[in-house]
This record gives sequence, structure tokens and C-alpha cells, in this order.
Amino acid sequence: MEKFEKITGVAAPMPLINVDTDMIIPKQFLKTIKRSGLGKNLFDEMRFDDDGNEIPDFVLNKSQYRDAEILVAGDNFGCGSSREHAPWAIKDFGIRCVIAPSFADIFYNNCFKNGILPIALPQEQVDMLMKDAEKGSNARMIVDLEAQTVTTSDGEIVSFEIDAFKKHCLLEGLDDIALTLEKGPAIDSFEQQADAARPWV
Amino acid sequence: MSPKTLYDKIWDAHLVHEAEDGTSLLYIDRHLVHEVTSPQAFEGLRMAGRKVRKPENTIAVPDHNVPTTPDRVNGIKNEESRIQVEALDKNAKEFGINYYPVNDVRQGIVHIVGPEQGWTLPGMTVVCGDSHTATHGAFGALAHGIGTSEVEHVLATQTLIQSKSKNMKVEITGQLRPGVTAKDITLSVIGETGTAGGTGYVIEYCGEAIRSLSMEGRMTVCNMAIEGGARAGLIAPDETTFEYIKGRPHAPKGAQWEAAMAWWKTLYSDDDAHWDKVITIKGEDIAPVVTWGTSPEDVLPITDAVPNPSDFDGGKVDAAKRALEYMGLEAGQKLSDIEIDTVFIGSCTNGRIEDLRAAAEILKGKKIKEGLRAMIVPGSGLVRAQAEDEGLADIFKDAGFEWRLAGCSMCLAMNPDQLSPGERCAATSNRNFEGRQGRGGRTHLMSPQMAAAAAITGKLTDVREMM
Repeated sequence: MEKFEKITGVAAPMPLINVDTDMIIPKQFLKTIKRSGLGKNLFDEMRFDDDGNEIPDFVLNKSQYRDAEILVAGDNFGCGSSREHAPWAIKDFGIRCVIAPSFADIFYNNCFKNGILPIALPQEQVDMLMKDAEKGSNARMIVDLEAQTVTTSDGEIVSFEIDAFKKHCLLEGLDDIALTLEKGPAIDSFEQQADAARPWV
Repeated sequence: MSPKTLYDKIWDAHLVHEAEDGTSLLYIDRHLVHEVTSPQAFEGLRMAGRKVRKPENTIAVPDHNVPTTPDRVNGIKNEESRIQVEALDKNAKEFGINYYPVNDVRQGIVHIVGPEQGWTLPGMTVVCGDSHTATHGAFGALAHGIGTSEVEHVLATQTLIQSKSKNMKVEITGQLRPGVTAKDITLSVIGETGTAGGTGYVIEYCGEAIRSLSMEGRMTVCNMAIEGGARAGLIAPDETTFEYIKGRPHAPKGAQWEAAMAWWKTLYSDDDAHWDKVITIKGEDIAPVVTWGTSPEDVLPITDAVPNPSDFDGGKVDAAKRALEYMGLEAGQKLSDIEIDTVFIGSCTNGRIEDLRAAAEILKGKKIKEGLRAMIVPGSGLVRAQAEDEGLADIFKDAGFEWRLAGCSMCLAMNPDQLSPGERCAATSNRNFEGRQGRGGRTHLMSPQMAAAAAITGKLTDVREMM
């Protein structure tokens, strides 16, 4: 997995609550058997009209946000399905960090498996970052995972909380499966004990 | 010993390892797999030269993509869908996992097949690369959706890295009034908490109204726990649960049944267990509800009117404006005046036999409104066969419904069953998101009874007027 340490980039403002996974990547793009190439379909139905033309008002179609690496959004971002295609599409588009007051549980976990940093902050701080993002391409934010801070274009610093283990894995780009396989003996002994206690499973 | 919730008990029984920071490795008893979220996971295993650790506890069935028209026995026409289903055929065989292929009578929606075949049992941990895995919580199993990376992790290790959620109790007291169903309970709870209200929690549903529900009804309630943001929904097992499980193909038998029962009967929340949040709703206060917007929290009794965006606060004001525009509705419009084009009865929320019986009860001897498109998609081949045996299929066909084969179908519209732009649907599924049932499609969520009533009148209808 790609490491996440620190990024400096344009933040796209998306002041919408309940951005769901059907918006992020509509179901017709889930038919792939690959993880790659979904960025062109990110937010497809909001980004393109029925004929495939760009909808100019949509934030990621605006010239100043086409290369955004950070997304600032409303409450309950990523709600809906478990499709990991949502973070795959976000990452493939080039966005590495999503900031919102809250995230849906499965989406939040999926981000960490793909080198994306989801940052949950209180509404007032998200509002402040949203205003900063609205300044466009001249306003670059800095997201520093090691320091757990977001710095606005004006130099204002906001700190965020993150689970220590998730932070460690993201900073080091660690593969979960390899980490868990190191605990093989613990899994073996759990299985033996569980087989005895609950043989019907 | 300190008092525990049901969630605490299941968690403790599956804890393989806990780090100092609380990061835990949880053992997974059942892993359900479908064709859409698994190909990349199997490919990952192949690339790393890994095997499935417990193929005997891994169960796969194609459901999301499969057409539900009778001609599917001749193969899937859409190439991408066909490739995904073929990939599952191949992966199931290569990795030696349990499999119900598309033309097996036991095929169906993964969350209907699991319980039906007796794979889902109380006290288990159950995961699937699908958010509606919450359904299995109806058996007192800790069940939740996972992403594809986690699917691969479970395939390889039979465990999941987790941090523990908080405990929420949702109590539905008393009894439901006539015409009110499990679907109305679960939608009303989301209406109360909001779609993010459950974030960070595992919900246990309890109370007399929950106890009185059948297993089918309990599955409907738990299915939509995810729509309330919760990691999982749970209902403590009882005689209703045991009765449902007994005799199913993969349920324990003989001495193992007795041993299992002895443990299952300990699976309840202790009286003085700690709850981080408690919500109580009176069963008799719940009405038949419908959704008016594009989030499952946009729910109101059928007797109400479309709300005004200015009635809301914060980000919900703009969200409601956007929803009304998308849904083509005006504030103040009576919900029962909203005309529909299509009716969809099915999905992992409401595609079980009891749901079909409830719809048939309303539709018996009636015709659907002329010009309406209406389809019933049973949740599994076995549900379909049972409905045919009970004469329900004839009631639906006589009324003018299409009688389909099993699959997810128009709930997420990955197969050919889709809404056209502007097409308005009364649906028994679980999500009314923009574009969910087809680009520009407009979804109103409701119970099977309410959907059947809407099919007859051609508009959103209070089913109580037909009872």
C-alpha cells in the first residue's frame, strides 16, 4: 500500500451531507474485476450529463479543482454500500485525503486500506476548512499525518485525532494481511480452543 | 464477572488478540461472498500465493449482477456481468469454497441464502463484502459488511482487524398497530436517529414489539441497521430463532444441537449491562411510513405531507432542497397524492416468504393500476418455489406483476432491472439514494404491504385503508 506522510495540495469544497457511495461511484462501474481505472468515473452522475459531457458547476470540473488532492465535505461522508470501489475511485482520481465532520464506518475503514487519509473534525473546523477550500487553486492546504495537523492557506493549524494503529499502518504503508499472518500461532490456538468449545461452527 | 451486552459476549468469544491500544484481531466464523466485491480479493490471494484458510466456512453465491428474467438459464447477456459471475464460478472451484451457482435452486441474495441454509447461527461472527450483512444480526450473530481488502484479509486469515464499537440499545415497546411492519420499525428508527446516528455503535434491538416479530421481520429490522450508520444490528436469540434454525441443512444436529442450544441460551444482554446510548420508541406510535427524499432518514408516516426544506437545520436544509428537486416533489404535497410508475417488491430487506405473503394478502383478487410496471423478485430460488407452492405466484401474476427469478435486481440495478430518468418507484428495498435504482430514478422506500397497495392505486397509499 502507498504510504501517506504529508501532502500539500488543493482542497475541493463539497458542502453536501450524506455523500453516499452510489454518488461516489455508481453501480454500473462495479462490474470491473480490477481495482484500477475508476478515477474517470468518480462522482460520475454528478460530474457528467447523460451524454457524457462535463457538468460545469460540479466542483471537480472547475479548472481550479481538477487536480485537487483533498476533499472537504459534509457530515456522514461515504454512507451506503461497502464497495471499496469508492476509495479506489477517489484515489485513482488523485484525492489522498477527505475531511468531513463524520464518516460512515465501512468507508472510513476502506480508506486506510488504500492509502487515503479520512479526517473527522468538528463541524466548525470543517466549516473553516471549507471556506479555505473555496479560495481555489491558490489556496493550498497541508495535511501532515505524523503531526496530525491540517494547515490552511493562511497558516491556521487544526489538529485531528486518529487511531494510533491506523496511523502507523498508513505512515509505513503496511499490508494488513502480512501483519496478521505474523499472528498465525495465535489464530491456530484460538481455532483449536473454539473448535472444542463450539464444534458446531 | 461484570455484566455484559450481547455484543460484548460475542466479541469476547471471538477475540484472538488484543493490542494495548485496543486494536483487536477478531475470529470470523462465516464469510459470505458474492461476485461484485470478491474478484479483486481472490486475485490478491493468487498473486501472493495464499489459500483460503477455512474454505468450509466460506460460502459464495452470485446475486448482484444476475438477470432475474427466465431467459437467464441461457447465460448472462451483459458481458461485464457475465465475466464477474464466471470469475466467481472459477474462484469458488479453485479455492474449494461452498458455492450455489446461478442455476441452482438454492441461489439467491446472499443474505437470504445464508440464513435459509442454516449457515447463520446465534453467537457467530459473520462478514460479507456487502453492507447489508447486518441482516444476519437477527439471529444474534455479530454481522457486518466489509470492503474488498478486508474480504481478502478474511479469506487469507479467517480474522479481521477491528476496534470495538459502542453499545446502543433500541427498544421498541408494546405492540405494533395493524398495517405496521418490521420495515416501518426500522425506517422509523432511522427517522429518529438519522443516517449517522448509529455511527460507532452496534445496535441491539429489543422490546416486546421486536420479540413478537418472526425471523423474517427481525432480518428486515437488522438489515437496515447500516442505513442508520451502525456497524451491526443484533437481536438476542430466543425460541423463535431456534425454531427457525432447527432442521436447516447446515444447522447443528443431535448432540451438537443440544450443545449449541446450551450456549445460545446464554446469548442475551445482562440486566445491568452498560449502554452508551438508549433509544425507546413505543410500538403503537409507529405508523406505516414511506420515504420522500434521497436518504433513508427522509421518512414520514404516509398520512403526512412532503416537508419544507426550511423545517430543517444545518446541512440538511440544502440536502432537503436537493432531494425535493431530484424527487420532483413540492413541499406541502400530500404523500398519498404522489403517483408512481413502478413497483419493486424484493431485496435482502423484503424478499423473504413472509414479505411475499404480506404483499399477496393485499393483492389477492386485485389488479395493478393500468400502465404500471410491477415486479416481484423473490430473495432466493427456494423462496420462489415456496411462493409457487403456496399459490402466491398466481396471485401476483393475476394482479399483473412480473414474477422473476432470484437476485438483488432493482434494489441496486446492476442487472438489467433499472429505473429510467424520472421514473418513480415504490420499492421494498433499502436505499433511496440518487441514482440507486437507475440514473435519475426516484425511489420511495416502504413495506411490502404498502408497495402492494401502491401497485393497486398507482400512488403512495395508506395500506390500512385496504385492510
